[in-house]
Amino acid sequence: MDKIFWAFVIGGLICVIGQIMMDVFALTPAHTMSTLVVAGAILGGLGLYEPLIKFAGAGASVPISSFGNSLLKGAFTELEKDGPIGIFTGIFELTSSGVSSAIIFGFMASLIFKPKG
Amino acid sequence: MGKKLTPEQQNYKDFSKKREPKRPVFKNCIKAFVVGGLICVLGQIFQAIYIKHFGFTEKTAASPTSATLIIISVLLTGLGVYDKIAQWAGAGTAVPITGFANTMASAAIEHRSEGYVLGVGGNMFKISGPVIVFGVFSAFVISIIKVIFNFFGG
Repeated sequence: MDKIFWAFVIGGLICVIGQIMMDVFALTPAHTMSTLVVAGAILGGLGLYEPLIKFAGAGASVPISSFGNSLLKGAFTELEKDGPIGIFTGIFELTSSGVSSAIIFGFMASLIFKPKG
Repeated sequence: MGKKLTPEQQNYKDFSKKREPKRPVFKNCIKAFVVGGLICVLGQIFQAIYIKHFGFTEKTAASPTSATLIIISVLLTGLGVYDKIAQWAGAGTAVPITGFANTMASAAIEHRSEGYVLGVGGNMFKISGPVIVFGVFSAFVISIIKVIFNFFGG
């Protein structure tokens, strides 16, 4: 139950940060999402994102900032195993399921659904 | 940026800025908080199910969880529901991974009339492309920094 509460609070707060970027700084959704991804990668590099996931669960792993952290984590893991070449082989290791399922189901949607409005 | 505006242009800019409706920032933030928080709660519930019934661990459950959220998001996008929620919730639906899937699915559906290669294939990454580009490049730079640190710091 604790986990659900903190997932709600932290996940909600990350979305509020995104909303402020869009409303106050007038950034487009693409700029906002890109900034959050880079922020996630930087926090991951500083070793701060994993503790946040431990604490808030899906509240930290569902927002797009987690994508940056996962890219970095994949690269770091393979970097330790194989050296610098591992950066290239590892970068999509953890994010593969997200990217590939978005491509596959997004394409399937274009076969099935017609544009609305 | 940096381009000098003529006095008329400056006038117009000031005028349009004054006329622009004030964004209800606080209200938008509350909406984003509630909807974004609820999407994360949904993710937390899926994660618990994957750990409890499908033998995933806390570490490995994130992948099937995001895939599930993406399927739901793509379906709701196709049915026109996600964009309705998004109009209300703003960043609450844009920031979670479901928003990433939504941008791809909606671009794919919307540009279908331009053909599958140039329309669907070419537009799918219009918004999510920058996210991948900057995510990958920043992860690369940080990894290189780590390599340099390891080299000197041991």
